[in-house]
Amino acid sequence: MVGMELSGTPQKILSARQMGLVACTRCTKAWPMGTQICGRCGHKMVSRDYGSLQRVWAFWVVGLMCYIPANIYPMLRTKTLFQNDESTIVGGAVELAHHGAFGVAAIILVASVVIPLAKFWAIAFLAISVKTRRMASNSARHFMYEVVEYIGRWSMIDIFVVAILSSLVQLKTLATINPGPASMFFALSVIFTMLSAQAFDSRMIWDDRSGNGDSTHND
Amino acid sequence: MTRSCEELNIKCQKLLYKSAMKDTVDTQTQTPLADLIVCPQCDAVYHLKIPKMGERAVCQRCHTVLIAPRHKAGLIIIAISIATFILIIGAAFFPFLDIDAAGNKNSVSVIDAALAFSSGPLLLLALATAALILIVPLIRVVITLYVLVPVVLDLPPARYAMQAFRASEALRPWSMAEIFALGCAVALVKIADLATVGFGPAFWMFGGLVVLVVAQENFICKWSVWNSLEHPKKS
Repeated sequence: MVGMELSGTPQKILSARQMGLVACTRCTKAWPMGTQICGRCGHKMVSRDYGSLQRVWAFWVVGLMCYIPANIYPMLRTKTLFQNDESTIVGGAVELAHHGAFGVAAIILVASVVIPLAKFWAIAFLAISVKTRRMASNSARHFMYEVVEYIGRWSMIDIFVVAILSSLVQLKTLATINPGPASMFFALSVIFTMLSAQAFDSRMIWDDRSGNGDSTHND
Repeated sequence: MTRSCEELNIKCQKLLYKSAMKDTVDTQTQTPLADLIVCPQCDAVYHLKIPKMGERAVCQRCHTVLIAPRHKAGLIIIAISIATFILIIGAAFFPFLDIDAAGNKNSVSVIDAALAFSSGPLLLLALATAALILIVPLIRVVITLYVLVPVVLDLPPARYAMQAFRASEALRPWSMAEIFALGCAVALVKIADLATVGFGPAFWMFGGLVVLVVAQENFICKWSVWNSLEHPKKS
């Protein structure tokens, strides 16, 4: 692993914005400030996408709105010989815990409740932090952004499990599992949170928060 | 190009003048734009220095991998892509899990699983699931082959190769075949006490798919692809 040779003095890392450049976030090529379309790959370029925060919040709100019915409505409708069961995400985990399966219950709670809520919190924190004074170090916030970006897709696993279970367990009278309405809301919630995280312009994390990004101060 | 370089120089000099009061800045900043690389995640500017085969150039402040050339990466990626293509097609139609509870048997393929949501308003979800686990991964494989085969064969780049590769990169987070594979394992744990569950051939294909997806991510160096699309070798 080798570090990139810095442009500038060894101690100071200059951002493209500070050098009067605009960079393509797809293919990493630099262009003079004001260029709108990358001459190499054709991607649209903006130095800092300040409008992105609006998109972040819009997707964030829709994601949160979808997350509420995802927890109220049943996720799975289980029909066995003797009983008809409709369980929500939390209800299913609680039931498992009653049966003594604490490990599985904890995994479900973490994967479907703790992680989505943490994601909402993290995106909100990042979006607020670029507007306000120092809240956490730049590298900590960048790490947070990368974790959110990485984990986002994995929340879809819940939906896939529902899909697998409800296609597999179709055993006529013995047992059937069907998806409940919560599955659609949960999927929408995951998709909108992913869009929200993607809309966030991570380069803003590294800007000096005086607003113009022109100062030579960075850390 | 020359005009823009001059503009850059003027701007850099302005910047030097501004910052000279606080600290000294190297005159290295006056380089042609083609010799610069900018971290897509944090906007840090670096002088392009192509690392040796097997080494990685990493952004110093946010640790994003910028360039990671690998020996014969193109050929390996093409091989992996062809294998992935075959596995996705196969995994779609063969059953991946079968269940047996008191004589009631059922076996499902990925297409069955995607269509599990096919009743009423959940139909949209069925389409989305099918897209995420089959269609998007398939599109990405096809684009990768379309873009890389001419590059590896030292031919001029395919038409619209840049646009295609850009689209493929935009689709990357939406390609969820490997997440589906893990979902199989979770579903298996959930119903293991309800019924006897067996693996079908597609389950192993999906297992292989996960390994291939990870391997491909490791071998592909996006910067090298952009660079070779921009400067194709004269054949």
